[in-house]
Amino acid sequence: MITLTHYLIVSALLFAISVAGIFLNRKNILILLMCIELLLLSVNLNFVAFSHFMNNLDGQVFVFFILTVAAAESAIGLAILVTIFRNRRSINVEDLHSLKG
Amino acid sequence: MAAFEIARPEIFLLAALCVVLLLDLFLGKQSRVITYLATQASLLTTILLVYSSFFNRPDKTVGLDGMYMVDEMAGVLKIAILLISILAFACARKYLRDQDMWRGEFFVLGMTAILGMLIMVSGYHLLVLYLGLELLSLSLYTLVAMRRDDAQATEAAIKYFVLGAVASGFLLYGMSMLYGISGSLELNTIREYFTNQPDIATNLPLMFALTFIVAGLAFKLGVVPFHMWLPDVYQGTPTAVTLFLSSAPKIAVFALVIRLMAEALEPAQSAWSQMIILLALLSIGIGNVVALVQTNLKRLFAYSAIAHMGFMLMGVVMNTHEGHSAAMFYILLYALMSAGTFAMLILLGRKGYEVTQLEDLKGLSGRHPWFALMFLLMLFSMAGIPPTAGFYAKFAVIESVIQAKFIWSAVFMVVMSVVGAFYYLRIIKIMYFDKPNDQPPIEADMDIRVLVSANGLLMILLGIFPSVLMEICDLALIASRL
Repeated sequence: MITLTHYLIVSALLFAISVAGIFLNRKNILILLMCIELLLLSVNLNFVAFSHFMNNLDGQVFVFFILTVAAAESAIGLAILVTIFRNRRSINVEDLHSLKG
Repeated sequence: MAAFEIARPEIFLLAALCVVLLLDLFLGKQSRVITYLATQASLLTTILLVYSSFFNRPDKTVGLDGMYMVDEMAGVLKIAILLISILAFACARKYLRDQDMWRGEFFVLGMTAILGMLIMVSGYHLLVLYLGLELLSLSLYTLVAMRRDDAQATEAAIKYFVLGAVASGFLLYGMSMLYGISGSLELNTIREYFTNQPDIATNLPLMFALTFIVAGLAFKLGVVPFHMWLPDVYQGTPTAVTLFLSSAPKIAVFALVIRLMAEALEPAQSAWSQMIILLALLSIGIGNVVALVQTNLKRLFAYSAIAHMGFMLMGVVMNTHEGHSAAMFYILLYALMSAGTFAMLILLGRKGYEVTQLEDLKGLSGRHPWFALMFLLMLFSMAGIPPTAGFYAKFAVIESVIQAKFIWSAVFMVVMSVVGAFYYLRIIKIMYFDKPNDQPPIEADMDIRVLVSANGLLMILLGIFPSVLMEICDLALIASRL
């Protein structure tokens, strides 16, 4: 029997993986964007699990909105990525160091 | 139809921004001023609609199935957001023309950001608050990246985007835990749920949820240790966008903090207050100390923003009526000061030249004595030197901190204000006592000159008569039962 706790553990693991991916990743901005998607999906899993086990539909409605916003967000993220590639011919995180002080 | 009455200003703004978006398609570069005028006209109309909808409302009015709410505080904050955005757009006009960015997108994206802010101020449901916040953030990411052939601006945009998205993720994770604990997304149901919980300070899942919510909010406000993005974004962004993003959105995030922490999670105050006090004191300390060594004006103001947000949070966290109204006064004044200083940087720039470094201000008093004086008033106000308004704002916050018996925090805040005064005074020294390298004239229209002067004079007027603004904050919060 899969209980609420199992879902919460999986989603916490996904959340931790994505946060680690964002802060440890020193290579590629695309991986950052993927980690952000994973972050939002782990939250979705949380909402769906709570919603199912509490018999309350609000959480699942919330998930639809998060999915929509995540799509808009990745569109903007990829657009910014394209402009960065045009300006620098590289999408390496380590090359982003022109702002300092 | 009557159900939508409550969101009339927002619905109007949405319709207006669609009209402006379409209108702009048919305009050439020469007639783009029409886009600008239409934007300003729709913002002014929105102010009138907000004013008519919150006036004479003794209590909270909740509508749209408990998702949306209007009260006096929301009304005051919305009007402040709209007024400061009008100021920001008026100043941006000169900058956008000078720097060859005179495009309609700026105004359309600015309006979507404003719509997001208004929704954040009025949301009474976690979903609505989240959607408002995302509407604001997504518009700001694109605004930051508007100068798309500039390496610095795009770098600032990706940094802002990644950290902003992480912040939203943290906030959402906290919200999902809150939903799991209380079984509801509505703020007043969440509040009722936690009011009836016996031992709230030792509730482990709640602590977990609170940690993520506080971290998400701290990211959005730019509070230490979640402040890394702020200086980079301020520095890389075109000044007109920095002006907009450093002023009005702070008010909206303040509203979010009040709604989530002081209203929905008020019963759990003992659990979150220590976290926020720690973050606030850290940002007052680190913000002021790191600002000392900055040579780039925009970075300097970014670190000063971090310190100011710490001050504002100290007012919120006291959770008394005095604390809340001091914080509200502080945030409204800060938005005005910040808009004023960046407007000054825009005013002093000209075609192909931007004021970004401290030494660009050398000998300003000899060249333009009036604007040097106005800048001096704004900087005095930021430093909190009487008789400017900033002194009263800091005084009110520290007073509420002392009333809540956090004496050592208050001492720390005073000491750090003194440290902070150093770098503001250094700018004044450079303006008044250093010899200028060249003598560039100011090329600006009347409107931005008048707005900057009015902003500087307001600093001293509000310093002498702080009760005008303080009373507005006070009454609004009493009506909202805070």
